[in-house]
Amino acid sequence: MSETVLRSPSKEALDTDVKDGELPARLAATWGTAAGLIGALSTVDHKIIGRRYIITGFFFLFLGGLAAVAIRLQLARPDNTLIGPDLYDQIFTMHGTTMMFLFGVPIGEAMAVYLVPLMVGTRNIAFPRLNAFSYYVYLFGGLMIWIAFALNIGPDNGWFSYVPLAGPEFSPGKRADFWAQMVTFTEVSALAVAVEIIITVLKLRAPGMTLDRIPLFVWAMFVNAFLIIFAMPAVMLGSTMLILDRLLDTHFFNQAEGGDPLLWQHLFWFFGHPEVYIIFLPGTAFVSAIVATFARRPVFGYSAVVLSLIATGFLSFGLWVHHMFTTGLPQLGATFFTASSMMIAIPSGIQIFCWIATLWDGKPVYRTPLLFVLGFFFIFVAGGLSGIMLASVPIDTQVHDTYFVVAHFHYVLIGGAVFPLIGAIYYWFPKFTGRMLREGLGRWHFWLALIGFNIAFFPMHISGLRGMPRRVYTYPAEMGWDALNLVSTLGATLFVASFLVFLYNVVVSSRGGEIAGDNPWDASTLEWATTSPPPPHNFDHVPFVTSRELLWAERQTLPVVAGLAVDKREVLVTTTTQALPDLKESSPDPTIWPLISAIVVTAIFIGSIFTPWAVAWGAPVASFVIIAWFWPKSTEENV
Amino acid sequence: MLDRRSVLLLLPLILAGCAGWQSVLDPEGPRADLLANLFWVFTAIVAAVWLMTMAVLVLALLRRRAARADPLVLEPEAERSMARAVGAAAALTAAIVVALTLVSYGAQRALFDSHEAELTLLVKGHQWWWEVTYEDAQPSRSFTTANEIHVPVGEPVLLKLRSSDVIHSFWVPSLAGKMDLIPGRENLLIIEATREGVYRGQCAEFCGWQHAHMAMTVVAHSAEDFERWRESQISAAKPPDNPVRKRGMEIFLTRPCVMCHQIRGTPAAGRVAPDLTHFGSRLHLAAGTLANNRGNLAAWIIDPQGIKPGAHMPLVKLGAEEIEPLVSYLEGLR
Repeated sequence: MSETVLRSPSKEALDTDVKDGELPARLAATWGTAAGLIGALSTVDHKIIGRRYIITGFFFLFLGGLAAVAIRLQLARPDNTLIGPDLYDQIFTMHGTTMMFLFGVPIGEAMAVYLVPLMVGTRNIAFPRLNAFSYYVYLFGGLMIWIAFALNIGPDNGWFSYVPLAGPEFSPGKRADFWAQMVTFTEVSALAVAVEIIITVLKLRAPGMTLDRIPLFVWAMFVNAFLIIFAMPAVMLGSTMLILDRLLDTHFFNQAEGGDPLLWQHLFWFFGHPEVYIIFLPGTAFVSAIVATFARRPVFGYSAVVLSLIATGFLSFGLWVHHMFTTGLPQLGATFFTASSMMIAIPSGIQIFCWIATLWDGKPVYRTPLLFVLGFFFIFVAGGLSGIMLASVPIDTQVHDTYFVVAHFHYVLIGGAVFPLIGAIYYWFPKFTGRMLREGLGRWHFWLALIGFNIAFFPMHISGLRGMPRRVYTYPAEMGWDALNLVSTLGATLFVASFLVFLYNVVVSSRGGEIAGDNPWDASTLEWATTSPPPPHNFDHVPFVTSRELLWAERQTLPVVAGLAVDKREVLVTTTTQALPDLKESSPDPTIWPLISAIVVTAIFIGSIFTPWAVAWGAPVASFVIIAWFWPKSTEENV
Repeated sequence: MLDRRSVLLLLPLILAGCAGWQSVLDPEGPRADLLANLFWVFTAIVAAVWLMTMAVLVLALLRRRAARADPLVLEPEAERSMARAVGAAAALTAAIVVALTLVSYGAQRALFDSHEAELTLLVKGHQWWWEVTYEDAQPSRSFTTANEIHVPVGEPVLLKLRSSDVIHSFWVPSLAGKMDLIPGRENLLIIEATREGVYRGQCAEFCGWQHAHMAMTVVAHSAEDFERWRESQISAAKPPDNPVRKRGMEIFLTRPCVMCHQIRGTPAAGRVAPDLTHFGSRLHLAAGTLANNRGNLAAWIIDPQGIKPGAHMPLVKLGAEEIEPLVSYLEGLR
């Protein structure tokens, strides 16, 4: 075993002082989560929080899916009276809001919270208490909006909440306020996680993991975190201005008082377009990981894929106006956005070509994760190409705000994010639980999903071209849209059935699934170097990275680093580019304060919907709990 | 190849079921023609790209090769040829993107080149109906109608789009692309029909509860028919010609109806709801929600909220014997 020992002047027990047999138990005791409810709520273990994040994300997917089922039932027949306009508007708003804010963005971050620290070979995520806090804020924000919906005060202006419809004049009551505050909840949580991911990747990589040895999965999540940091503030500004307009009559968007309704659209889409890539980049992370493992070779064109990810990140901020081609902007300006919107096809294309080249040269092993990735190619490429059509200003003036667009972005988002995500769950389920999902059920799930999806969404291209606008709660029989809509509804039924198969598979396999072992797929990245599920401290020894595909390169024994403390939480900080060992840094212990802070923040956010005084009274309480959270524990650390 | 198959399955639906009066695929004007052609050019190219990508993917999966003993042992020659292939594909992508951008830009210039037309209409969006004013240099020849636009065939008509409340979007797909109506702004759109006919359109920007029921019809006439129609619309409403209708007019003028609706030639001068001066000549009522006939009109007057929940027309309590004369009166406003 090649071993690098880090010398430390302190007198604490180091892993070099402990017998190998005792080490796992002692580390687990140091890093473990205490038993009982308080222990569970205080945990700062990224795997436990990541697992909660993932389950919560799927819970919201389920709720958003139920909303979609209601939409499809209402539209199955012309002049249907099953759901009236009031409820229908709430339902499609909840569907879009949930899928984008409570599932799309958080689920990508949730997977990163679980997997990135393992993949870079560290013991916990950076800022673990912030991580706990961000999860609770996300959970409470999501529950708030769904409870509001259950009480018939759900938002009803669409997930985009255009003013003046969402303004005080045309949406009296509290519905739009709940929506704006829900956005604030998700911003806080998403920004916090983005910071954790960036710092984890920059500073906590295992020694030897130079920039060009970072797994593509981690690169994608890293670029994604930057997108979140730059995109979210725009919507934060927007949602705050909206709620100020509504609660304090600020008139940011009121044209009668010198405000501008288009300002909202600019702010919203300056966030909203990168948002699509924020949802898609985790998809590319999953695809890169799965393709390498099941093609049995490294992904072809590592540098090209990394540069494409970064290019996608930059370009995604230059396209937002293609959501506004019909608002009467100057034509030359609009053309710039046509060019930039089409240009993003180049980096996306390069990634697709690199993955296909990987499959070409490799020897594919057709297990469920790979099947879902193949489904991703089939669907996402079609969605990307219809996106090229939407980038054209003239074509957009016809298909904008019709079911053609609905078809397009479901091809992009379900194809580009959900199919890879499901593949990812099949792929990492053994790591999460120690057990395999059933392969036979996985195949059923895949084929039902692929067929159901296409039957549900392909006809929407046609109904859109034949004049069906989005967000209509019904349509007259004479329009000739009924057959297409009925087909869509039947397809949606199959698609939903595929998820029931998935749910069943998860339930039976988490108890009775085949035992997985450390590395059931013979994959190459570091999360497979530890047990399934991993121990609280992730690795008995921090790995030393000698290759981009470490587990394929070092098949005999994994080189490790020793010299970290055993009886206190300590992580190894490395240099940003070369990943040379730099510092040993303590990692925060579990504490209940992030939960209490989240509760206080939730009370302030919800209270402010009803009175601005909630902010005034809440701020001192919030300061108090944050002081408690950051109260220094010992002086020894500061020497 | 599910996409291909579903196209084939759905093709008959596209061709047979097509009412064609609100469809991008049935252009009936030069602008819509241009847009439909552009659409098909793009569709052909992106479909070809999709098929090529899928073909290469299928080949990649079916290709025979031996399993690698060690995933890290790669052949330099194969890597080089793949690099060339990926590079070529990326270059081709870039070329297609540039070509499509130029094609799109050309079409865009042709579409938006001029905003000049003989006939200018002011279209104002309301929750959930369309107010249409035919402007004229002589104020006395200017008039207002609702939810129905008449145009002469073969002549570009300029629409000045405004909104009185929230954002709406004007869209008659058989004639032109859509354009938003935004409070505080004025957007311009030119529509033109090449053939006589009735074309349906509807609001394309979500505008609240009755977004689904905010339709309008465009009726394209020959130049002479259009002039005849215009002259009739300029005139005030004819006085009722029989006692039942006279009674209907009395009811209309003594009930809350007058607070919102205008009937030129009578004291009714409300401006917040559709102008009803020539209501009887229109094809639809309630912004394209119902065909304009006696039964539908009576149903609408008795219970507007049942037909269009949330609409701003309130329920006006009328006696059973009052409906018949009121309907007759409105029907007679031709």
